[in-house]
Amino acid sequence: MDEGYLDQFVSLFDQYDVLGAFWVNIQLTAYAAVLALVIGTVLAVMRISPVPSLRWAGTTYVTLLRNTPLTIIIVFCVLGLWGQLGITLSSDFQTNFFRLAVLGLAVYHAAFVCEALRSGVNTVPVGQAEAARAIGLGFWPAARLVILPQAFRGAVAPLGNVLIALIKNSTVAAAGSVAETSGLMKTMIEFRPDVILAVFLTFAIGYVIIVVPVGLATTSLSRRLAVAR
Amino acid sequence: MADSITAEPGPADVDTRPTGEPLLVLDHVDKHFGALHVLKDVNLTVHRGEVVVVIGPSGSGKSTLCRTINRLETIDSGTITIDGRPLPAEGRELARLRADVGMVFQSFNLFAHKTVLENVTLGQVKAKGVKPATAKATAMELLERVGVANQAQKRPAQLSGGQQQRVAIARALAMKPKAMLFDEPTSALDPEMINEVLDVMVSLARDGMTMVVVTHEMGFARRAAHRVVFMDAGQIVEEAEPETFFTAPRSDRAKDFLSKILTH
Ligand SMILES: Nc1ncnc2c1ncn2[C@@H]1O[C@H](COP(=O)(O)OP(=O)(O)OP(=O)(O)O)[C@@H](O)[C@H]1O
Ligand SMILES: [Mg+2]
Repeated sequence: MDEGYLDQFVSLFDQYDVLGAFWVNIQLTAYAAVLALVIGTVLAVMRISPVPSLRWAGTTYVTLLRNTPLTIIIVFCVLGLWGQLGITLSSDFQTNFFRLAVLGLAVYHAAFVCEALRSGVNTVPVGQAEAARAIGLGFWPAARLVILPQAFRGAVAPLGNVLIALIKNSTVAAAGSVAETSGLMKTMIEFRPDVILAVFLTFAIGYVIIVVPVGLATTSLSRRLAVAR
Repeated sequence: MADSITAEPGPADVDTRPTGEPLLVLDHVDKHFGALHVLKDVNLTVHRGEVVVVIGPSGSGKSTLCRTINRLETIDSGTITIDGRPLPAEGRELARLRADVGMVFQSFNLFAHKTVLENVTLGQVKAKGVKPATAKATAMELLERVGVANQAQKRPAQLSGGQQQRVAIARALAMKPKAMLFDEPTSALDPEMINEVLDVMVSLARDGMTMVVVTHEMGFARRAAHRVVFMDAGQIVEEAEPETFFTAPRSDRAKDFLSKILTH
């Protein structure tokens, strides 16, 4: 049977829930991004803090997580945390896998968020911290009110890069038995080898549609939020 | 001896005389940066209401002296006392004592992401727990006083250097400090803006603020200072009334230094 190109796509979308799979990746990304931002911020504060043991802990975390393949972290979350240690994040089977994958994605990308934020901290002149201390703010209030707000603005572009990496890396959640795009793609290749090009194009274009606006948005945001000095 | 304060403060221009009660006391203060001995057995007493100008060649330790007084730099030995209380090493107590001593930097260091008004309210609200409305009223009053009230909603980068420095003075005053430190407050300014900042400082001095001012502006020293402290190579070499110091310096190092800055 000789379908037209458009018909091939239509039949794929009819047969499989492509949009649903993308939606899973978007959700994985969204939850992991928020969690990674929180963990990454805490790590960054630890790494710039005056307490040596906190700095050491932060550095160790970043070094360990940044240099471990994501697949291993995700597999560890599922097989290690759940399979071995019996840690469940939900009584529902699917939700449990989803949350474990979010956790894995978050702890991994938190290391990169931390480094992006530290590059943002480096855009803040020392004088800002000294002025904050001079008006009687302690380390934590100075970090929260003066340093971090400026660091975030200086880190929008690198944080955007982390987000883009996270979107694409969310496909690794398949290794944690989460039904998402890369898993679906494998299934489609298996059962519809006749339209393999359409399958590839579907996912490639899908990711381009998601990632390109994120890149554009963070670039314009970083310009708009830049602190004038 | 450098620590025997003999100069009788009180130039004609300043109405409020120091009461003579010691407010900032540096006693045998030593500091190194690695192998570099930046402060050598520094003894300095600044009395309430007194205006002290610190002068000296580049690298003589003037900034370091200022910065040790509110502990932006640690000291190796000796003691620094603010209004009878020794400066603690760390923590909440230190933060509180820091707010007692206002600091004005050469590079202004206004919080770049905040408006002018927020710059002046931030410390009041977050370090002193003043109610936002009260803090705002105080801030507007101070901005009025330094002549930049009409810029309250702008960001620092939108202001001229002179305006920024006046905001920085207002920010420091908002903490109701017992003393103010100025580290070359006009050296980053274009010449036409220097006076607007110096005028604010002179009026502060007349209101009886205790001030330590690192500056080479002899005009300011003559108009407002009670005492000039001359530093060289980490030591206080000479102290005198401004007029005496500028016209009849005693030490050779001061003579040499003055001859250099006066020929320019
Ligand atoms: N953080 C630092 N680390 C190492 N050395 C320093 C540091 N800060 C200052 N110094 C050195 O200490 C000495 C005194 O510096 P300081 O800034 O107090 O001098 P200054 O009198 O303020 O000079 P200037 O008129 O140039 O501002 C200089 O030799 C300087 O190079
Ligand atoms: Mg200096």
